Amino acid sequence: MDLDRDALIALLPLIVLAADAVAVMLAAVFVRPAAALTVALAGLLLALAAIPFAATVAPREATVLLTVDGYALFYWSLIIAAAIAVIALCGDFFRDAADRGGALYVLLVLATLGAATLAASSQFASFLLGLEVLSVSLIALIAFPTHRRHALEAAVKYLVLAGGSSAFLLFGMALVYARLGTMEFARIGAALADHPPGIYLSAGLALIFAGIAFKLAVVPFHMWIADVYEGAPPPVAAFVATVSKGAVVALLMRYFVAAGGYRFAAVGLALSLIAIVSILAGNLLALLQDNIKRVLAYSSVAHLGYLLVAFLANGALAAEAVGYYLTAYFVTMIAAFGVVGLLARDGAGMETIDDCRGLFWRRPWPAAMFAAALLSLAGIPMTMGFVGKFYVVAAGAGAALWGPVFALVIGSTIALFYYLRIIAAMADPAGALDMPVAPTAIATGWTLAALAVILVALGVYPAPLVRILEATVAGLG
Amino acid sequence: MSALIAIPLLGGLLAWLAGSRSDAWPRWISLAALASDLVFALSFWPHGSAAGIAGGGPWLAETGRPWIPSLGIGYHLGMDGLSLILVLLAAFLGIVAVASSWTEIRERVGFFHFNLLWTLAGAIGVFLALDLFLFFFFWELMLVPMYFLIAIWGHENRRYASLKFFLFTQGSGLLMLVSIVALALAHAATGAVLSFDYPQLLRTPLAPSTARWIMLGFFVAFAVKLPMVPFHTWLPDAHTEAPTGGSIVLAGVLLKTGAYGLLRFVVPLFPQAAASLAPWAMALGAVGILYGAVLAFAQDDLKRLVAYTSVSHLGFVLLGAFAWNTWALDGAVMQMVAHGVSTGALFVLVGALQERTGTRDMGRLGGLWAAVPRLAAIAMFFAVASLGLPGLANFVGEILVLAGAFRVDASLTAIAALGLITAVIYALALVQRTFHGEERHGWKIADGTARETATLGAMIAVSLWLGCYPQPVLDAAAPALESLLGSSGAGQLQASLPWTSIVTR
Repeated sequence: MDLDRDALIALLPLIVLAADAVAVMLAAVFVRPAAALTVALAGLLLALAAIPFAATVAPREATVLLTVDGYALFYWSLIIAAAIAVIALCGDFFRDAADRGGALYVLLVLATLGAATLAASSQFASFLLGLEVLSVSLIALIAFPTHRRHALEAAVKYLVLAGGSSAFLLFGMALVYARLGTMEFARIGAALADHPPGIYLSAGLALIFAGIAFKLAVVPFHMWIADVYEGAPPPVAAFVATVSKGAVVALLMRYFVAAGGYRFAAVGLALSLIAIVSILAGNLLALLQDNIKRVLAYSSVAHLGYLLVAFLANGALAAEAVGYYLTAYFVTMIAAFGVVGLLARDGAGMETIDDCRGLFWRRPWPAAMFAAALLSLAGIPMTMGFVGKFYVVAAGAGAALWGPVFALVIGSTIALFYYLRIIAAMADPAGALDMPVAPTAIATGWTLAALAVILVALGVYPAPLVRILEATVAGLG
Repeated sequence: MSALIAIPLLGGLLAWLAGSRSDAWPRWISLAALASDLVFALSFWPHGSAAGIAGGGPWLAETGRPWIPSLGIGYHLGMDGLSLILVLLAAFLGIVAVASSWTEIRERVGFFHFNLLWTLAGAIGVFLALDLFLFFFFWELMLVPMYFLIAIWGHENRRYASLKFFLFTQGSGLLMLVSIVALALAHAATGAVLSFDYPQLLRTPLAPSTARWIMLGFFVAFAVKLPMVPFHTWLPDAHTEAPTGGSIVLAGVLLKTGAYGLLRFVVPLFPQAAASLAPWAMALGAVGILYGAVLAFAQDDLKRLVAYTSVSHLGFVLLGAFAWNTWALDGAVMQMVAHGVSTGALFVLVGALQERTGTRDMGRLGGLWAAVPRLAAIAMFFAVASLGLPGLANFVGEILVLAGAFRVDASLTAIAALGLITAVIYALALVQRTFHGEERHGWKIADGTARETATLGAMIAVSLWLGCYPQPVLDAAAPALESLLGSSGAGQLQASLPWTSIVTR
């Protein structure tokens, strides 16, 4: 297909993102390093503003590589909005390293570009391209505060495992291509509908899923996540937790629907098992942690398990559930890591659960924000997490996935132990009150406040988001 | 009607904000909010005869608007006599809780009252919600504030108790969520629009096995909350460790949400499945009555004793709910109110004593009658109310439940009636070990203050009124109960009890 004018309009957000990456680099080199932040934010806002224009020509296939439809546009908005929030948090967290900040923002914008590419890709080539742009940027981002040993260790771990997962992915794609002679999801689906999958194809699909599962950090591919969350700077960890995973989930869903992944009972069974094991193992592992970031890491393993329950359900309700759950997860995780980053400067720090003791009385607002995020993760009403959990249960029960749904019930109950442990520590009246408190940075404060408002508003009145999801995302399923 | 929920919510926020200025403001704000809630709820009281309620259902008031229309979720509130009675109880006990925390809570007063009012708002929401999603929303909403009440202002073992409370209720709540969703989907599978609306779901035809599983999800959640033996183990810990205000609300209001759920949802939504469960539930109710009483007697901790009496008293409610005839249901409602007042009052007294003496250990108390004659006399009053002395509210509830249950299952009723004897033992043990005997510790403590006496006096008045002239409450509840009985096909439940036929034959 030619790259005509409409296709260009459809791809405008991606083009703006790519141009932004270049602009940030130039600004950092030629203007002054501190300008990089402003340029990066402006570019992302522009990209967000370009989405309504792209919507006027959607749905359409812009080149053979990318499909710009309501589904892609929804995830683009989500990814870019999350990137804006992360960059706002980064601005404060890396204040002291402003002279080196240029690279940080280039990498963040590039990673966002990769993620956005994933959400729209309809073909193995763009899939791999997006994934690699995302991963390579992330490796550098995780190691960004180079003076910290933990960060380097985390980055090396991520590098090795990302390399491994890419290898799996490529091998799987090669097997599928060798068999079917096509890399387009839709044509794979059509070919599979005619032929029963042989050993090559099954192996190819399994390898591709293994590569994806690494990114999602579901059991048994979860071993990197705790180290990366712990070692990476909190805003970057938020990025890894949300944008990187969200984009891969978006891709996985499109791939499964287009390539007919749901048709294979064996695949469904394998995914159910992965979901159940992720939920149980993630929650149990989180129970054993004392470090807050590691708790969040393992709880995110469980949350991806919940997401898989909705994902497995297949159909319009499932697509809606995945969309809502991801949005809730984005808001909650960025908020949680935002608070962790904010409080890292305090005298008490924010590393272990013990550091949180008395936080409610020492820093009421960040503590309330963190508690709200934890309650949202636990699925308590008046937060988005509650509606998200409701959606997942609805999707799972609708598809009669009783095994995973009961794993969810058990897992959520286990999860209460560690969420409440943190909240109880924060509420401990005996906590130290005389710790020095760093002033709250303005951008972080506003970002967190906005996230809190979204978290509660869409938790109490989710109808607007539900309408958007119905209009866009559900079209895929 | 939304205001009934909104007033405590807003009051709670105001109290929290005002807490940073002074300690007195939150107390007065909470008092004003709950008092206006009580007055406002009273304005719904049916005038004239009970039959004067407008046709088209038993609702005294109803309101609704779309909330998440695409999922068939609406903001649908409805109030009938049953809800009204429980809302009034919640507001009344809320006032009692605020009054009894007046001097006990000195730390973070604003946040305390915020949590207290939000718990109550959640409970009132539970009593009014007619959309199952909304119901679950409120059901969960009451948990977190109550968790904070126990975890922050509780006694020695508060961390353990609060966690246990939260896990039990939340875990069972999630099972209910699965059931709610499954029910709505089963309803939609019959060709109807996806809906979580209670009146629409009422007549969902379900395969017996499906109905049984879905019903069990609801039943477990309510049985944990009630609490039914063997799910009661969270209760003694939570009640004992909670601050006085928390215990009052927990025992007086939150337990009633479980009973309310059984009456409103379990039996009407799944009449057949509930009928097959009824013998077991009634048996467990009878076991709870005796077991709770025996355990209460065995306690040395005064507050724990009172906590275990709840297990016993709520056993009557369970028995009555599953006997499912007019008398038994009347009795169950009466028992709910009576238990709220009598147990609430006992918690006020325990709190007052603990505040003065610093202990709840009956081994260290004793002989307090001379030191605090007024409190002791009031304690005596509520102890005999608790054991079911005729003329007081508990008697009315228990006797009606027993009368109703007798028609269903005489042998079980006979066993349950033994609870009246065991209640005498624990209630008198309470009075004897705390107030009688020789005063060996030299307690120099003040008697009940005017605030305490007024609070307890009001509770005495309510208990006496309900004991001597319970008709207004029964009249108010009657249309609601009739409609519940009707919705499940009255009589079905009894007819299918396997033991009944033997007895009646």
